[in-house]
Amino acid sequence: MIETRALAKNFGLKPVLRGVDLDVASGEFVVLFGPNGAGKTTLLRILATLSKPSFGRASVAGFPLPAGAGEVRRRLGVVSHHTLLYGDLTAEENLRFYARMYDVKNAARRIAEMLERVGLAARRRDLVRTFSRGMQQRLAIGRAVLHDPEVMLFDEPYTGLDQDASAMLDGVLREVAAQGRTVLMTTHDLARGLAVADRALVLSRGKIVFSAKRGELDVAEFVHAYDSVVNSYQ
Amino acid sequence: MRTESIRPVQTKTDYWSLFTDYWRAVGAVLGKDFTAELRSKELFSSMLVFSLLVVLIFNFALEFERSRATRENVAAGVLWVTTTFAGTLGLNRSLAMEKDRGSLDGLLLAPVDRSALYFGKALGNLLFMLLVQAVILPVFSILFNLSLLKPLLLVIVLLGTTGYAAVGTLLASMAVHSRARDVMLPILLFPVAVPVLVAAVRASSAILVSAGWEDIGLWFNLLVGYDVIFVAVAYMVFDYVVEE
Amino acid sequence: MEKTTRNLQILNIVTIALMIIATALVFFYAPTERVMGQVQRIFYFHVPSAWVSMLAFFVTLVAGIVYLRRGHRGWDMVGSASVEIGLVFTIMTIISGSIWARPAWNTWWTWDPRLTTYTILALIYVAYLMLRQGLEDPDRRARFAAVYGIVGFISVPITFFSIRWWRTIHPVVIGSGSPSAEGGFDMTSPMRLVFFFSLFAFTVLYFCFLANRLRLERLTERVEQLKMKVLSA
Repeated sequence: MIETRALAKNFGLKPVLRGVDLDVASGEFVVLFGPNGAGKTTLLRILATLSKPSFGRASVAGFPLPAGAGEVRRRLGVVSHHTLLYGDLTAEENLRFYARMYDVKNAARRIAEMLERVGLAARRRDLVRTFSRGMQQRLAIGRAVLHDPEVMLFDEPYTGLDQDASAMLDGVLREVAAQGRTVLMTTHDLARGLAVADRALVLSRGKIVFSAKRGELDVAEFVHAYDSVVNSYQ
Repeated sequence: MRTESIRPVQTKTDYWSLFTDYWRAVGAVLGKDFTAELRSKELFSSMLVFSLLVVLIFNFALEFERSRATRENVAAGVLWVTTTFAGTLGLNRSLAMEKDRGSLDGLLLAPVDRSALYFGKALGNLLFMLLVQAVILPVFSILFNLSLLKPLLLVIVLLGTTGYAAVGTLLASMAVHSRARDVMLPILLFPVAVPVLVAAVRASSAILVSAGWEDIGLWFNLLVGYDVIFVAVAYMVFDYVVEE
Repeated sequence: MEKTTRNLQILNIVTIALMIIATALVFFYAPTERVMGQVQRIFYFHVPSAWVSMLAFFVTLVAGIVYLRRGHRGWDMVGSASVEIGLVFTIMTIISGSIWARPAWNTWWTWDPRLTTYTILALIYVAYLMLRQGLEDPDRRARFAAVYGIVGFISVPITFFSIRWWRTIHPVVIGSGSPSAEGGFDMTSPMRLVFFFSLFAFTVLYFCFLANRLRLERLTERVEQLKMKVLSA
C-alpha cells in the first residue's frame, strides 16, 4: 500500500532523508519512531503529497508520487499535531466543510456517524476553539476518516495529550485501525506506539535503521535497542 | 527532482462533474471563510475601523473645503488610498490565519485543484473588501458632501477591488511565509498594483465630475485588462506557490 | 574549474577593452549635438544603461519561468544575479538621467510616465531582493522569487501605459514622438554608430557581470557544501 525506494529529500543543500526504503502492506499498522530531526515529519509529508521528493520513488495505494498526487489524496486521511480544524467554526461545520472538499456521499449521515464514533455528538454545535486539545484531536481523527480513506497517516498524534486523553485516543485509533485500513504513525511515545503497532521501525538521520514485528521484542528490549541504535549514530 | 512513474492511471474524464467539483471546492472555501468571519468579525471590524481612521487622518492632512472641483479629485484619491491600505490588512490576516494554524495543509490535502483554493481565497478577500466599501462609501458621501453612490462608480469600485484582491491574494500567499511578514505584502503589492490605483482614481474622479465616456472609457478598459491578465497569471502560477 | 576561469578572464578583458573603446568613441568621435552641446554625450551611457537594465529583468522573467518548470537551481541563481545587476544598471540610468536633466530641462527630476514607471520598476526589484532576504528555505525562496519576477515584469508595461496618458517631457529619440515632447533630436550616422557600439559594449558588460556573479554564487555554494561535510563528519 505504501512503498518507497531510495527516497531522498534535500532542503537546499541539506539532506534530511538519505535513502528510505519502506514497505507497508495493506491493513498493516506500522509505527515509526525516531529522535527529533530524524526526518519523520518530512517522510510523512512526502507520503501525504504535501512535499515532493528530491530523489527516489514513492507510491501510495498504487499511485506514484508526485505524479498521481490527486488520486492519492482521495484515498488518504492525515492527522498531524496541527489539528487542521477551524476554531471559529462548530464541530459540525468543520466536518461539513471537509465533507464538501472531499465530495463525501451522504454527508449529513456520515458526519453524524463520525461525531458519535469519536464521542463528540453532544458538542457538535460548539465552536472548536472551546474544545480541549484531546477533544480537538478526536475530532481531527473524525475529519480524517470522513471520506473513508484506505490509508491513514498520523504524525505524532499524542502530542499535548494527558493520560486520559491519550487512552481515549488509543481507543479511537484501535477502532480506526480495526477497519482494515493501512496506517503509518510516528510518535515519541515508545510504550503506546508499541502497544498498537503490527510493526515498529526506527528512523535516524534520514535512514531506517531498525525494524521489529509485534511480539518479537517487549518494551524494555525495544527501548534498549532504540537507544543503542540512535546513539550509535550521534 | 527525479521520480520515475510506476503506472499511469487512466480515468475517463467527465468534464461536467470536473467543473462542478471545482466550483464546489471554491464554494466550500468561500463559505468556510465567510462563516468563520461572521463569528469572529475579526477582518471586517479591523478593516472598517482602519478605513475610517485613514479618512480621518486625510481630513486633517488635506484641505477638503476649498472648492467643489478639488473635492471630487481628492475624494477619488482618498477612497482608493483607503482601499489600498485597508485591503492590505485584510489580505494579510486572511492568509496568516491559515498559515499559523497549519490549516493550509488541510486545504492542500483535499483532492481539489490548487487554483480552486486560490479562487476561494481571492473571492473571499474580494467580498470582505467590498463589504467594507459598502459601509465606507456612504460615509464618504457625507464627509465630502458628494454623492458617491453613482452606479458607474460602483462598477469601477468592483473592477478595481477585483484586480487588487486578485494580485493581493497571490502575493499575500507568499508574503505570509516571510520573516518580515507584515511589511512584506505592501512592499510586494504596491508597485505591482499601481495600474489599478491610477486607473481607478482617474475613472472615479472623472465619474464624480460627471465627465463623458471619452474620459472614463480608457480607464475602464485598463481595469478590465489588468483584472483579466492578473487573474490568469495567478491561476497559472498559484500551484508553484503552495506546492513544496 | 581552470578552463572556466580562463574563459571568464578573457571575457573580462574583452569587456574592459570594449568599454574603453566605447568611451573613446563617445568623447572623441561622436559629433557635438547642436542644441544641447557636450552634455548630450551622456545619452550614449544613459540609454544603453536603461535598455540593459530592462534586458536584465527580462532575463529574470525567463529564468523564473524555466525554473518553475524544470526545478534546476542554476536558473534561480541566474534570476537572482540578474536582478542584482539590473538594479545596478537602474541606478546608473537614474543618476545619468538626472545629470542630463539638470542642464537640459532645468530640473533634477520629473514625474513623467517614463521616469515614474522606471522608479516603480526599481521598487519592484528591490522588493524582489527583500522577498528573497526574508525566506529561509532555499527551495521556497527560489519558487517565490521566480513567481514575483514573473508578476513584476508583466506589470511593467501595464504600469507604463497607465501613466502614459499624462503629460511627458521626456525626449522621444527613436520612433514615435508625441507633439508635446520637447528635447527630442535626430541622430546622424556617426551618432548612430557610437550609440549602437555603446549599446553593444554595455550588453557585453552585463554578461560579464552576470558570469562573474554566477561564479561567485557557485563558489559560495561549494563552501556551504564543504562546511556541511565537515560539520557532519
